Amino acid sequence: MRPFHYERPRALEEAIAGKTEASRFLGGGTNLIDLMKYDVERPASLLDLNRLEGLREVERDREGTLRIGALVSNADAAAHPLVREHHPLLADAILAGATPQLRNMATMGGNLLQRTRCYYFYDRLTPCNKREPGTGCPAKEGVNRIHAILGTSEHCIATHPSDMCVALAALEAVVVVRGPSGERRIRTEDFHRLPGDAPERDTTLDAREVVTAIEIPARLYGRHHTYLKLRDRLSYAFALVSVAVTMEMQEGRVSRLRVALGGVAHKPWRVPEAEALLEGRGPEEARFGAVADRLLQGARGYGHNDFKIGLARLAIARALHQAAAATPQSHVAKRIA
Amino acid sequence: MMHHPLIGTPQDRVDGRAKVTGTARYVADFETGAEVLHAHVLNSAIAIGRIRRIDTTRALAVPGVVEVFTHENRPRTAWFSSSYKDDVGPPGKPLRPLYDSSISYSGEPVALVVAESYETARYAANLVEVEYEAKPHETDLLKQLPNSYVPKKRRSGINPPPRPKGSAASALESAPVKHVARYLIAAEHHNPMEMHATTVIREADGKLLIHDKIQGVYASKQYVCSVFGLSEDKVRVVSPFIGGAFGSGLRPHYQLFLAVMAAMALERSVKLVLTRDQQFTIAHRPETWNEVALGAKPDGTLTAIRHKAIGSTSRYEDHQEAVVNWTNLLYSAPDVQLEYELVQLDIETPTDMRAPGAPLGAFAAESAMDELAEKLGVDPLALRLHNDTQTDEVMNKYHTSKELRAACQLGAERFGWRHRPFAPRSMRQGRELIGWGLAFGAWEAQMQKHAARVMLDAEGHCTVGVATADLGTGTYTILAQIAAEALGLSMNKVTVLLGDSALPQAPVSGGSWTAASAGSAVHDACARLKAELLLAAQTQRGSPLVDAKLEEVMFDRERIVLMRDPMRAVSLQAAFAAGGRPRIVADGQAGPDQLTQLRYSSHTHSAVFVEARVDEELGQVRVTRAVSAVAAGRILNPKTARSQVVGGVVWGIGMALHEEAMADHNLGRWMNHNIAEYHIPAHADIHEIDVIFAEEKDMLTSPLGVKGLGEIGIVGTAAAVANAVWHATGRRVRELPMTIDKVLGLTPAHTEAR
Ligand SMILES: Cc1cc2nc3c(=O)[nH]c(=O)nc-3n(C[C@H](O)[C@H](O)[C@H](O)COP(=O)(O)OP(=O)(O)OC[C@H]3O[C@@H](n4cnc5c(N)ncnc54)[C@H](O)[C@@H]3O)c2cc1C
Ligand code: SF4
Repeated sequence: MRPFHYERPRALEEAIAGKTEASRFLGGGTNLIDLMKYDVERPASLLDLNRLEGLREVERDREGTLRIGALVSNADAAAHPLVREHHPLLADAILAGATPQLRNMATMGGNLLQRTRCYYFYDRLTPCNKREPGTGCPAKEGVNRIHAILGTSEHCIATHPSDMCVALAALEAVVVVRGPSGERRIRTEDFHRLPGDAPERDTTLDAREVVTAIEIPARLYGRHHTYLKLRDRLSYAFALVSVAVTMEMQEGRVSRLRVALGGVAHKPWRVPEAEALLEGRGPEEARFGAVADRLLQGARGYGHNDFKIGLARLAIARALHQAAAATPQSHVAKRIA
Repeated sequence: MMHHPLIGTPQDRVDGRAKVTGTARYVADFETGAEVLHAHVLNSAIAIGRIRRIDTTRALAVPGVVEVFTHENRPRTAWFSSSYKDDVGPPGKPLRPLYDSSISYSGEPVALVVAESYETARYAANLVEVEYEAKPHETDLLKQLPNSYVPKKRRSGINPPPRPKGSAASALESAPVKHVARYLIAAEHHNPMEMHATTVIREADGKLLIHDKIQGVYASKQYVCSVFGLSEDKVRVVSPFIGGAFGSGLRPHYQLFLAVMAAMALERSVKLVLTRDQQFTIAHRPETWNEVALGAKPDGTLTAIRHKAIGSTSRYEDHQEAVVNWTNLLYSAPDVQLEYELVQLDIETPTDMRAPGAPLGAFAAESAMDELAEKLGVDPLALRLHNDTQTDEVMNKYHTSKELRAACQLGAERFGWRHRPFAPRSMRQGRELIGWGLAFGAWEAQMQKHAARVMLDAEGHCTVGVATADLGTGTYTILAQIAAEALGLSMNKVTVLLGDSALPQAPVSGGSWTAASAGSAVHDACARLKAELLLAAQTQRGSPLVDAKLEEVMFDRERIVLMRDPMRAVSLQAAFAAGGRPRIVADGQAGPDQLTQLRYSSHTHSAVFVEARVDEELGQVRVTRAVSAVAAGRILNPKTARSQVVGGVVWGIGMALHEEAMADHNLGRWMNHNIAEYHIPAHADIHEIDVIFAEEKDMLTSPLGVKGLGEIGIVGTAAAVANAVWHATGRRVRELPMTIDKVLGLTPAHTEAR
């Protein structure tokens, strides 16, 4: 990899002050270091966040908002009693991703900001608009099995690969960030962006901002939730399609439904109009198809990934069924429930 | 009898401790000091064309960079491409790395950066600027099928299809029941745990000590001597441990050439370790298209077999495998037509991968047999047994032994095959459909010329030396067993040395021939050593064995014992004392027996039974049970043997469900070149695997009765999975891997039934 400076700021202010366009924050390094070896990320300096205080806590306030520090490891978050009790969906989604070794290293902040797994993006000997703006997007007519079917642009059809973020979208989590001008709270759905004509930008985070925490509002979905992930092998593969669902029930009716899709777009995909189709009524299986159709409105394939449209439809229906039946998908069992 | 047999008993790996404690040294573990230089390869970005301009200025300017080699400044090496040939390479012109400005596949080396550290070399490689003049390329097998051809020159060791028998075409025409379909298997890349690597240590006298990732050190040695014009005494290759290779180490690869070139030019030691991504630039199992046509009478008797396969190869070599012959080897028919052709693409030359050819043909033929059974309304196992051959109808020879039926019976019983309902979609549990499928498999049992040396000293320590390689297969262990049993020693008194070109010559380890060949050579050396020991024992004054013949004694617990009167014995120590030599050395040989080969052919066989569970709506497949019943002659070590077969079954499941090298045909480049996106089974994909060995007595294949086990485990597995998926769902998938979209029928197939 290219030579770079390595710094370990001791205070958040120091980290923010030291940050430039050309430097990168380092969390667990499971994505960033790989990309540096591939010569895709070429930071002039790395600001290692791991010495910072106050970013490793998991707390719950009086309103029931759960706050998870940006440096909490994915493994710790998934195992934390507060997370397991109040947001099992998040634990499940985290456990559906990567491997125990990777989850031990990966941080919440890093997971949010991990980059796409598009094959071309990782291979510097091929063109790629996200890696080198203006060079083109070979994925559109090339190998695009893992690519997006929703919200694509002519410049990029990559997906955001995180499982965790799909759950965060369904949980309507808020990303807490700090920059030179103080703190900002960004709704997850506004945090990641669509590629548009600037695919090199994954998020709305400013170059000098650091993620400090993730906040999840209180939700009473009980066991009416699921994270269903379909992939090319039963573990250790990114989602072809995944579905996160929380279904709050009141007297047999769906009072609040949140559905987010993974593996289909440049960001976790939510369509409030689709959710509204079930709200205020019983979780009737007969309507699941309509919810899926609305979620997938405008979907288009690029060849290899055409199947994702049909697969997503099936996955949405199953996930809604799992949530309605209060039988969330297990991520320890070697099978789909 | 007091004799304790070792052969045939489960023994722990003698090298197990060294491996798990990290003391076993692999290629990249050698020479870790500051004196060694590190090299990194820059690979081409285009598939075909030439380098118009290559600029190394920026790379050379990086502190720590010692040299950057390109085709413009590389040292002189052999000119004729014939000098680059190896023993197992196919006909054609082998790749000559950095030879000139031309590029023949995406990923071909275009520059080698040598630096004081690995990181420096890898970084500087990114700074080499290359301008290409690309020409139109073709990497799509399916598009090129119309241009297929019969290879002009056959690859040594690979039997081309035999001449047609009768007329399959007219027999098919008139067959009361027939089945014709096409089957396609994706290209797969070898991904052993250890990357390909070469460490070249340049010794003070200019001699080269080379550690290379190779399945036989002599292959590297001969290659280096030939390419660089070195005499044999200048080069020694030592590779005691190989972290898996599966065929990718049968031929020397470009990292060997480049590391040696750099070491010689710079007069320094050089280490070159490929990255995981670069594993995808040296070798692969060729994408292969098949068409199978079967004709049968209503009672299931096959009347015609036609099996044609077209495999992909590079533009510069005609890589060939045995894909279609197995079909007639397993099933008898009066009219048979087997064809094998190639298509040239702008890719690197494919290379043998575990059981090269066999699982490709088996997937097609064994799927087709199932489809025929469905049409006939008969049980697929019954159909297979009904058409099972008694002789080798491909070569017109007898089998040295063939206990496939016995294996089949054991396997069927263990699996519970007789409870299988005939109709698909008959079994379900919850949301999962359950299906049972099976397939047969066969692989050649071969002997190759091997030499071995065995040395015994007065303390009873035995050292066995063979130049073959242990790829993780268990060769160290079985050779220790063979020598210990022959000489009446305990296992811990035997040290086995492998992978050193200073040891007696052996070919590459592959094709499942190592146990039989190296084992027999060791056995032979031990027999000679025993004769010498007996002679020594007889020189003892008043020796109780004075009139004993070799066949009348046995070697047991460090003594030579007269079998008919066990009281008459001489200890090894006494024999040594009497003989007056501190150690005795004996050389042994083994090789194929020409006369036997003329009359007989020898194969291992298997019947694989698989249970698949498929989520009815979502198409996710789980292989929940597999029974692999194998007939493979004598089993030297049931423990290591089981591991070999289990590994093959896991790989077969991967072939069925996961493995796929995906090419971008616009760029002419493999794109999923890392093991996050190139999928092999994870633990969650693997459930119960049962291995059964049927008893098979065979004293014709090899002196030890051994047939070999490296490949047979994979052969029928993928077909059995496909058959089980069909039985579960009623959907026939004719393209591997059977990913979720294919199982659901969401991706249009390239193949169709007719
Ligand atoms: C082989 C493999 C398989 C995987 N499989 C899955 C999977 O199935 N599902 C899945 O969801 N993920 C998967 N992952 C991805 C994994 O989840 C991410 O790599 C991980 O979450 C990244 O976290 P990290 O802390 O290591 O990030 P880093 O690599 O340290 O950083 C990633 C990015 O985030 C930035 N960053 C880090 N922390 C902060 C912060 N606090 N503020 C601002 N910027 C920050 C960095 O600058 C960098 O750009 C896989 C990864 C690998 C290597
Ligand atoms: S999809 Fe996006 S990341 Fe992939 S090649 Fe196209 S531009 Fe690059």
